[in-house]
Amino acid sequence: MQAFITRETLPSLPPPSTLKGPIAWMRQNLFSSVGNSIVTVVLVLGILAALIPFINWAFIKADWIGTSRDDCTSGGACWVFVYVHLKLFMVGLYPESEVWRTILVGAILVVTMAGLMIKGVPFKKYIQIFALIAFPIIAFILLSGGAFGLPHVETNFWGGLLLTLVIAIVGIVAAFPLGILLALGRRSSMPIVKAICVVFIEVWRGVPLITVLFMSSVMLPLFLPEGMEIDKLLRALVGITLFQSAYLAEVVRSGLQAIPKGQYEAANALGLTYWQGMYKVILPQALKIVIPGIVNSFISLFKDTSLVLIIGLFDLLATIQGAFASPKWLGYAIEGYLFAALVYWVFCFGMSRYSQRVERSLKTTH
Amino acid sequence: MADPNLSATPPQAISTLPSKPPFWNDPQKRALVFQILLVIGIGLLLWFIFSNTLHNLDKRGIKTGFDFLDRPAGFGITQSLIPYTEASTFGRTFLVGLLNTLLVAGLGIIFATLLGFAVGVARLSKNWLISRVALVFIETIRNIPPLLQILFWYRAILPLLPGPKDSISLAELFYLHKRGFTLPSPLFEPAFIWTFWAVIAALVLAFIMSRWAKARREKTGQQFPVVWTAVGIILVLPLITFFLTGSPLNWDIPALSGFNFRGGLTVIPELTALLLALSIYTAAFIAEIVRSGIESVSKGQSEAAASLGLRPNRTLQLVIIPQAMRVIIPQLTSQYLNLTKNTSLGVAIGYPDLVNVFAGTTLNQTGQAVEIIFMTMLVYLVISLVISLFMNWYNKRMALVER
Repeated sequence: MQAFITRETLPSLPPPSTLKGPIAWMRQNLFSSVGNSIVTVVLVLGILAALIPFINWAFIKADWIGTSRDDCTSGGACWVFVYVHLKLFMVGLYPESEVWRTILVGAILVVTMAGLMIKGVPFKKYIQIFALIAFPIIAFILLSGGAFGLPHVETNFWGGLLLTLVIAIVGIVAAFPLGILLALGRRSSMPIVKAICVVFIEVWRGVPLITVLFMSSVMLPLFLPEGMEIDKLLRALVGITLFQSAYLAEVVRSGLQAIPKGQYEAANALGLTYWQGMYKVILPQALKIVIPGIVNSFISLFKDTSLVLIIGLFDLLATIQGAFASPKWLGYAIEGYLFAALVYWVFCFGMSRYSQRVERSLKTTH
Repeated sequence: MADPNLSATPPQAISTLPSKPPFWNDPQKRALVFQILLVIGIGLLLWFIFSNTLHNLDKRGIKTGFDFLDRPAGFGITQSLIPYTEASTFGRTFLVGLLNTLLVAGLGIIFATLLGFAVGVARLSKNWLISRVALVFIETIRNIPPLLQILFWYRAILPLLPGPKDSISLAELFYLHKRGFTLPSPLFEPAFIWTFWAVIAALVLAFIMSRWAKARREKTGQQFPVVWTAVGIILVLPLITFFLTGSPLNWDIPALSGFNFRGGLTVIPELTALLLALSIYTAAFIAEIVRSGIESVSKGQSEAAASLGLRPNRTLQLVIIPQAMRVIIPQLTSQYLNLTKNTSLGVAIGYPDLVNVFAGTTLNQTGQAVEIIFMTMLVYLVISLVISLFMNWYNKRMALVER
């Protein structure tokens, strides 16, 4: 009798191509059943049918550089429209010779934000102080001028993306302290303080921003003593700040609620006063938790700034609309709106990615 | 064990206990003083604002009060759900605007919910392509301001449509063109009221039936096909009534005459654009809510249901959806509220909503800024108050009953 025995282990074969690699992936995720396969094929055809003409129009047959609408000859998108008006869309009617000031402010802003957001940059605390206190002052002096030999530029000349950013950033920074006070007030044990804060927060949150803007542009001049004039931009900023502070208050409140009660009691037991306890123990923890919430409310504020065109300010969207309404450029609405959408999208998507990243890094539970 | 020393404590020791703190160190009294000061401060601020406003209005010759609501408006409105002419009062203008706002809000909520749930479910699809397409839709739409989307539809896309003469028509009944969307309008005869009552009766009947079926299930454990019976009742009863009363409904079919349509109902392009933009914008948010709601139900739940022998669709119906809804509904109501507030953006394209005809045109004509802004804000406040009351009621009903 003979026996055949394998003395060494055979090398293991690679898995069949139906279980690994791109084919297996497609089988699993795109063609797992007859129904799924049909849906996939229909969807691919649909996407191609929509995307090919769009790419053709927006990129392949498009005109990019030129000086007037006569340069748009190839029948695709006319990006010349954006190219020609780029300065208008970015800074509005800001005087040509002073544009460097806006670029400088933008550069400082970018560097500061990078310093705040990138991990491992030293002196975070000083950068924070700079961003919250020094930067607004420097930016105001640079943009408005009238000091240090810089010619004064009235806010009527501010426009485009510059104005959008000014409104959004001033709105969130100015609303921040008020929002914290309101959140603390809403959790206060003093009944009258609590009632006032609740009413204030719920009223602003219950009405659309556009009525707030109408109110600030129509009613604010009535509220002030005779002869006291405030300019259009400042009126809008007052309205937006009040509106935003109510939303921020709710964000901060959610952070205050997430702090365990033991922290409050520990602060009391150490003999800290209310304000000491809040400033040194509670708020540093609460504000850290709500960073994603604050970024999210900044995103909605950034989108909401487009509403100021209704009360006659020239933000990004308004300058674009103004540009394609002029007889020289009539009929380029789609190009204009697509450009505006792209700018808003880049800002909002970037910020939402950042907030998701922070959220993940803050998650210390399993 | 009694300590003899304790009872012998000399009375002087008690007097060394701290006496009552001075009133400025008593937290309760401090709180009281602080609150009184706060009230006085806010009172002074309000008085300052109030007196300035009165003075300023006086100087401009504007009489305060709500008398202006009875004065004739003198301007037309492009869309009105109730009879309205230029001779109507400003009070009537307010009503027209309010109804137009509610119309967009109501229709928008329906469309946004349908689209949002569809996209949300698509986002969870096992088919990679479907879920990616849904993701791209959500991330694109959410990050573009709603105002921009409204303007895009109204000023970039709708003008591309053909004029009424060569409009895109569907079965010679529906026409899509530059000036709007024309469709047949129903003409109700008086006998139609019976069909209306039949619908109400059917709804009540279906409700009673579902209560009965639930009570029976809890008593005997027997299932009853509630959904199918309810659909049957709600469809059959009104249909029978409709035909018994002699089909009291006609359609006014639109027909092209000259450069415009005669008859039928034309939805103005402002409404179409506003509705499209707001439905799509809100749907992107609803889709995310639906996705997170369904994902919040832990996998163990569906495994437990499977091990109890429930079929997949029963699992979905009895286990997943009820638990997901607990997460979805509160966020959904706040999206509905956002949509309602966003209808005010219609002012940018001239849709005659409350903000446009009342806080816009009426304010410009009368100058009664304070009263008008107050009334407009009050409307939105009441709407959000009603919705948040509903939400509290729902949360209380749905809260987990824990032992």
